[in-house]
Amino acid sequence: MNVLLVDDSSTMRRIQKTQLENFGVDKIIEAGDGEEAMEKLETSMPIDIILLDWNMPVMDGLTFLKEVRKKSEYSKVKIFMCTSESEKPKVFEALQAGANNYIVKPFSPEALKKKLEL
Amino acid sequence: MNVSYINPFIQATLETFKTMLNIEAVPEEPRIKQEPIPTYDVSGVIGLSGDAKGTVAISFPKFMALKVVSALLGVTLKEIDPDLTDGIGEMANIIVGNAKQHLNGFHLSISLPNVIVGRDHTLVPRKDISTLVIPFKTEMGNFSLEVTLKTN
Ligand SMILES: [Mg+2]
Repeated sequence: MNVLLVDDSSTMRRIQKTQLENFGVDKIIEAGDGEEAMEKLETSMPIDIILLDWNMPVMDGLTFLKEVRKKSEYSKVKIFMCTSESEKPKVFEALQAGANNYIVKPFSPEALKKKLEL
Repeated sequence: MNVSYINPFIQATLETFKTMLNIEAVPEEPRIKQEPIPTYDVSGVIGLSGDAKGTVAISFPKFMALKVVSALLGVTLKEIDPDLTDGIGEMANIIVGNAKQHLNGFHLSISLPNVIVGRDHTLVPRKDISTLVIPFKTEMGNFSLEVTLKTN
């Protein structure tokens, strides 16, 4: 499994990267905002899952999500929002825009593992 | 002062410390201060806009900020550096974002985190709003959550 990890917090990326490595994920690619994530996605396919933060500078997670969902070549890539944004309308908005799953921070490693079905 | 909106922030703080650090944070008696100057050395600050405007800050003494982020990363940080400020900013982001789900009926947008180092800063220099300070005790040290909010 190849994962693109998108979060502006380097702390959060390091925490999640360690967890994913422990789960045996093959390849982990990191990006610090939506724009960087788009570049990484274009050059790093195949990507199976994108773990996507919402609040980021330059391009936020929701904008990135909508951009990716416009492109048919990424239709098989699963996108899991991984964010502190926690209200129901926000969750609904992301799922409407094409997110496959939603994980609210803070989450335990077990919760992430379960969501990823690993 | 209406302080009912404070409970979601306390709840989110407890949950964040429990899930991310596996430690209990015990809230103590809140107090009000007029000068919105952070209590401790390193403060993660989130701006709020929408149905309420203001800031929420999580303020740590330096030694505790170092312990918290060291525990998050599984390394030993010794100085205030970009890794430390990133970790404290993300803690603030998680607490404030998470609190929003319990603020029923309030629509709030949150800013990206800012991290303030030192105490010679004023967060929101406004005379018409006071700051509610909630002190917390933990085995890593004491910190505070500082809420400066004006509801519309
Ligand atoms: Mg973020």
